[in-house]
Amino acid sequence: MRSAAREFRARAREALGNASLQTALDRAGGGFADKRREAVAELPEFERLRAQAKEIKEHTLAHLDFYLERYESQVVASGGHVHWASTAEEACRIVVDICRNAGASRITKGKSMVGEEVALNEALERAGMEVVETDLGEYIIQLAHEPPSHIIAPAVHKTRSQITELFHEHHRRFGLHGRATDVAAIVDEARTVLRQAFVSADVGITGANFLVAETGSTVLVTNEGNGDLTASLPRVHIVTAGIEKVVPTLEDLSVFLRLLGRSATGQEMSAYTTLFTGPRRAGDSEGPEEYHVLLLDHGRSTMLGNEFHDMLRCIRCGACLNHCPVYGSIGGHAYGWVYPGPMGSVLTPLMVGLGEAVDLPQACTMNGRCGEVCPMSIPLPSLLRRLRMRAFEQNLVGMRSRWGLSAWAFAARRPWLYRTVARSGSWLLRTLGRRRGALRRLPLAGGWTRTRDLPVPEGPTFLTQWQRR
Amino acid sequence: MSDATSSAGRTPSARDAILAAVRRALRRDGALDVSIAAALDARLAAHATHLKPAVGDDLVDRLVRKLEAVHVSVSRVDNAADVVQAVGEHLAAHGLPQRMVVADDPVLAEVDWPRNWAVERRPACRDDRVAVTGVFAAVAEAGTLALVSSGDTPTSLNFLPDDHIAVVGRGQIVRHLEDLWARLRERLPGLPRAVNLVTGPSKTADVEQTMQYGAHGPRRLHVILLEER
Repeated sequence: MRSAAREFRARAREALGNASLQTALDRAGGGFADKRREAVAELPEFERLRAQAKEIKEHTLAHLDFYLERYESQVVASGGHVHWASTAEEACRIVVDICRNAGASRITKGKSMVGEEVALNEALERAGMEVVETDLGEYIIQLAHEPPSHIIAPAVHKTRSQITELFHEHHRRFGLHGRATDVAAIVDEARTVLRQAFVSADVGITGANFLVAETGSTVLVTNEGNGDLTASLPRVHIVTAGIEKVVPTLEDLSVFLRLLGRSATGQEMSAYTTLFTGPRRAGDSEGPEEYHVLLLDHGRSTMLGNEFHDMLRCIRCGACLNHCPVYGSIGGHAYGWVYPGPMGSVLTPLMVGLGEAVDLPQACTMNGRCGEVCPMSIPLPSLLRRLRMRAFEQNLVGMRSRWGLSAWAFAARRPWLYRTVARSGSWLLRTLGRRRGALRRLPLAGGWTRTRDLPVPEGPTFLTQWQRR
Repeated sequence: MSDATSSAGRTPSARDAILAAVRRALRRDGALDVSIAAALDARLAAHATHLKPAVGDDLVDRLVRKLEAVHVSVSRVDNAADVVQAVGEHLAAHGLPQRMVVADDPVLAEVDWPRNWAVERRPACRDDRVAVTGVFAAVAEAGTLALVSSGDTPTSLNFLPDDHIAVVGRGQIVRHLEDLWARLRERLPGLPRAVNLVTGPSKTADVEQTMQYGAHGPRRLHVILLEER
């Protein structure tokens, strides 16, 4: 997918003024966060599991070449094929070739963020194939020609009535002319339409939540069961996965499974967790005849060796999105690429270039909630701060910010000056806003005062209070 | 498959480039030191477990409680002869036909299906309404059924029909996921094509975060707990 992260400011402004998006975001609101909190409260071992998960992932990343090679040899031993792609283009070419060799015209897909990352659907459609997304949320946004706005709830920005109209428009060709208005009817209509896609597909493509080196298995977690129908009914099953998805053993996998569902949706276990190992076996009466795994790098090996290494522990649960006030206000599309919210504000600049996405690390209040809820203890606020520093060093921030930061740095290195400026500034603001306790306008602070008042400081400065203690 | 698409031959350059980039990032020149590789092999072979959540002593009680918490209905019967009645009650409760696809599972071999029921042993088709299967194991920890693919137990039974009825023998209940892995290694080394861990019926919350059952897979999951096995 082409990145539109450059347009972040305009898109964010538009999102704030988009009434139906705001309705959808309000409805989704704290639901995820509440469910996660309850699920975590019910598992006293959560914090210790979190520490173990980090340790296991760090061990795996420190020997990533070993575990990838072991995973590969186990896939081959079970009758499957492994393909490697450094770039998005390579990944698309490999998958298109597999589909062509299989004589495929119809393809079903389970939700895959790697698939989104490399824009796989577009590549397959260009090659003349029909692609149907089977996760309900992904199917909805496919009909709407939109990218996902959340990594686990891709259509969270859509209201029910918008979905009713989309289905009405697109399902006429299947002889369905009514309007499904309640949730049950909408889900049933999708079930009917997609059932036909499942049974007629030549190739099924899914992502992977984990890859197990010990057994050569792909682990796929869903609630709908669409991933299993996608993987099991067609003649060919293709898995697309990032190279960071590998874990050593099934025992290691258990730790991640206990964290993933709880962090994502507050579930102990999602409805379906499946281990796929190779194609159909002798004696099997069904299942794919060919099984392929595509391992994608796309910037991951670079992250392995630099200061953004921690980001490779991400298991794509979405907890950081669900706890981010900025994401909660503007939704996922404003971020302009595949990954939104805090994890996206780190990944997008690293994958598409900081120059293309310089505003994303700035769109953060540094409240720290993302880091607190991350099941893999990824220090997201620190990573965002590092990206801000990089942007400053690479001269990617605007002149006003540069001057402002330089002036602040000048004062911060001279305590007497800093204290004088802070004290007189605070006095000035208090005097100006004496009557209302707030200011309507202030030079250089238009970004703040355009949409709200600026409260004036109350009492002495922080440094003064600190000295008095 | 031809050699050109075999795993090592397909895109050797990308494979080598990625592994080289990984090693460079890890500040290593070539493959791992032999002694480190041996230690990693030993780690893989040891299957050491990590922290396992407390589950309590009564596994049957835990399993039933957890199943019911994820929208699974449960009936308990003494022996295989009672399975028919339990299935019949589920069919009647939901207005389902006495027509079903059944897995060729040892636990179901002793069941004497009524002559007027249409019982077939085959993979499921798109319009099948009811499937009856056994399980490989049931994990008490979170109320999870483990089903494995084979010629006798096709995966489609677990996903295509509207209603999935699973018969679980008491002796098939294990405590944690780790106990399931151990049992899989012991009885099915090399793993079957698919191991399905099923925790409740199919569901989605993709429309306005409202939970709806029966997204693509079964609308209902019913467990018959068999005391004597």
